[in-house]
Amino acid sequence: MSVDLRSKDEVLAERRKNRTGVFLISPGLLVLALFFALPVVILLAMSLYAKPPGAEIGEFVPGFELGNYATVLSAYWPELLRSFWFALIATVLALLIGFPMAYLVAVRLREHTLLQGILLVLLIAPFFSSFILRTQAWKQILADEGFVAQTLKFVAILPADGHLTATPFAVVAGLTYNFLPFMVLPIYANLGRLDTRLLEASGDLYASPITSFTKVTLPMSAPGIFAGTLLTFIPAAGDYVNSALLGNNRDTTMIGQVIDSRFFKVIDYPGASALSFVLMISILILVTIYIRRFGTEELM
Amino acid sequence: MTTLAERTESITTSGADLHLSGISKRFASFTAVEDLDLLVPSGTFFALLGPSGCGKSTTLRMIAGLEAPSEGSISIGGQEVTALPSHRRPVNTVFQSYALFPHMSVLENVAFGLKRKKDKQAIQKAKAGLELVELSHLANRKPAQLSGGQQQRVALARALVNRPQVLLLDEPLGALDMKLRRQMQLELKKIQTEVGLTFIHVTHDQEEAMTMADVVAVMNGGRIEQMGAPRDLYELPRTAFVANFLGKSNLMRGTVTGQDNGMLSVDVFGRTILLPADRAVQTTGEVVVGVRPEKITIDRVAAAGANQLTGTVIDVSFTGTTTEYLVEVEQIGLIGTFSQNRGQQPAQEGDTVFLAWDAEHSFGLAGDESVNAGVES
Repeated sequence: MSVDLRSKDEVLAERRKNRTGVFLISPGLLVLALFFALPVVILLAMSLYAKPPGAEIGEFVPGFELGNYATVLSAYWPELLRSFWFALIATVLALLIGFPMAYLVAVRLREHTLLQGILLVLLIAPFFSSFILRTQAWKQILADEGFVAQTLKFVAILPADGHLTATPFAVVAGLTYNFLPFMVLPIYANLGRLDTRLLEASGDLYASPITSFTKVTLPMSAPGIFAGTLLTFIPAAGDYVNSALLGNNRDTTMIGQVIDSRFFKVIDYPGASALSFVLMISILILVTIYIRRFGTEELM
Repeated sequence: MTTLAERTESITTSGADLHLSGISKRFASFTAVEDLDLLVPSGTFFALLGPSGCGKSTTLRMIAGLEAPSEGSISIGGQEVTALPSHRRPVNTVFQSYALFPHMSVLENVAFGLKRKKDKQAIQKAKAGLELVELSHLANRKPAQLSGGQQQRVALARALVNRPQVLLLDEPLGALDMKLRRQMQLELKKIQTEVGLTFIHVTHDQEEAMTMADVVAVMNGGRIEQMGAPRDLYELPRTAFVANFLGKSNLMRGTVTGQDNGMLSVDVFGRTILLPADRAVQTTGEVVVGVRPEKITIDRVAAAGANQLTGTVIDVSFTGTTTEYLVEVEQIGLIGTFSQNRGQQPAQEGDTVFLAWDAEHSFGLAGDESVNAGVES
C-alpha cells in the first residue's frame, strides 16, 4: 500500500482543482447528454418498436422487434451503398479540386495578403446564402438549355438528346460543390503553416518540383487532407438535399432521402430509426477503419 | 571505434572550382549584390563575411540556385550552371534554419538527396554520414526530438553525403550557443580538411570566419570590400570598413608631407606619424592612418617606437587577461588599446599616458574614407 505523502493543504488544493475542472466541463457534458446521448438512446429504442396487429398508421408500441433491421436492410441496401459510393466520389473530387485551391491561397499567395484575404472570403461566401438555394441554382446551371449542357453537346461529349439534370452526375456535382469548403478550409489551415524553406531544401537535395510535392508538401499536409476528407465524406454520405433536388427516382436515391420519407411521408418511425442507426454505425465503422489506416499522430 | 579518416573515406571527394563573374542581383527597391567577381579554388574553405543585409546570403542562394542572378554567370568545375534549377546543381546547402524534414526520421533526412539521385546504397551511405557526425544512435528519431546542435549535425550530414562539388553553409552555427558554436567550428573545419570539399561559409561572425576559413571575403553593400587569408586581411586592411569590421582599429585623419626610404611621413594634427608606403592605399594628399589596438604600447613614461601620442586615460576596464584603455588624444580623438596583465600597476582614469607603436604596424587608407565605417554599434 502506498502512503500519501502530501500535506493536508496539498490534498485540499488538488480537490479544489478537480472541482473546478468538473465545473468547467459540466455545461458541455450537459448539452451532449441532452442533445446527443439521450436522442441516440431514444432512436435506438424506437428502432425496436413494434406495430401491434390492427394498429393505425403511425401507431407503435415499445418492443424488441429486431426484424425492423432485417426489413429495412433488405429493402434499402442499394440506397445505402449508393450513398457511400456517391460520398466517396464527391470526397475524391472535392480533394482534387480543393487541394490546388488551398495550395494557391495558403502557399503561392503567402506574400500577397490582400489577394489571399479576398480569395478566402470568396471561399467562405457561399455559407452566407442558403444551402437549398445554392443546390437549386445547380439545377439552372445544369439545365438542358444551360451553358454547361449546351457546350457539352456542342463538343459531342453529351449526346444531343442527353440531360445533365436528374442524373447521378448532377447529384455528385451538387455534393462536391456543397461540401468543397469543408475540404478546402482544413487543408488551407494546414498548408498555411507549411515552411517553404523545406521545399527549398528538398530542391537543394536534387528533388524536382514534382518530387518535392509528393515527398514533402503532400505528406506534410496529410493531417489537413485527413480532416478535410472526413468533414466531406461524413455529411455527404447522410445528405438528402442534393439527391432530392438534383436527382431522379431511379438511380440517384440516397439513404438520407429514404430516412426522410420513412419518417415524414410513410410515418414508419421504427423503420426510419433503424435505417438512421444503420447509417450511423456504418459511418462509424468506415471512419474507424480509415483512421486506423491513414490516421496521423496529430489526430489520434 | 572507427577513426575519422575511415569514416570520411566513403565521402571524400576533391570538390570543384567555383567561379562567379559579373553577378548582380536587384530586387524591386534595392540592389542586393552588385557586379561580383569571385573565384574560389577547389578544396578551399571560403568564408563570406559581412553584416546582415550585405548580400552574402543572396550570393549563397544564387550559387545554390534558389535565387536567379539579374546579371552575370556562375560556373562550377568549369560547367556553366547559371540557368540550372537548384535540383540539378552539384551543390548542397546547410541552411541556417537546418530545414530538416519533420515528417521523416533522421536517417531518412540524410538519405533524401541520395535517394533522389537513385543511389542504390543510399541507406548505407546515409548511415556512414551519420557516423561521421557521430549521431548513428539517433538514426530513427524525428528531428523535433533532437537538440539544436544535433539538428545542425544532421543538416550537415544530409548535405555532405551527396558529395557535392561545393558545400554551401548559410550561417549554420547562428542558432547555437557560444560554447557549442566554438566546438562545431572546430568540427566543421576538421571535416572539411578530411573530405576536401570546397566549402562556402556565410557568416557575420568575424571570429568564426577567421578561425575557420582559408580565404575570407569581406562583403559590404553588395560588394566584396577585400579578400584574402584571414591574417593578411587583419594585418593589412585596405578599407575603413574592413579595418573596423574585422577586429578593431584606431583610424586617424592626416596629410602626407613627405616620403623617405619607403616611409611616408603623415601629419596628424601637428604630430608626425610614420607609415610604410607599401602599406598605404594612397601615398599622397589626405589619408587615413590606422593601427590595431594590440600593436600600441601604453606607458606612463615616454616609450620606444617611431610613432608617439600623448593622451589622457578616460576609461579603464579589466577583462581578466588584459586591461583595456580608452585614451583621449587632443584633436585626434579616442584611441583604444590594451595591455596584458603581467602584474604591472595599471594606469588610472585621468592619468597622462604615452602611446607608441612601430611604424611597420601603421596602415594607410584612402583619405575620403569614413573612419566609422563598419563599426559595430
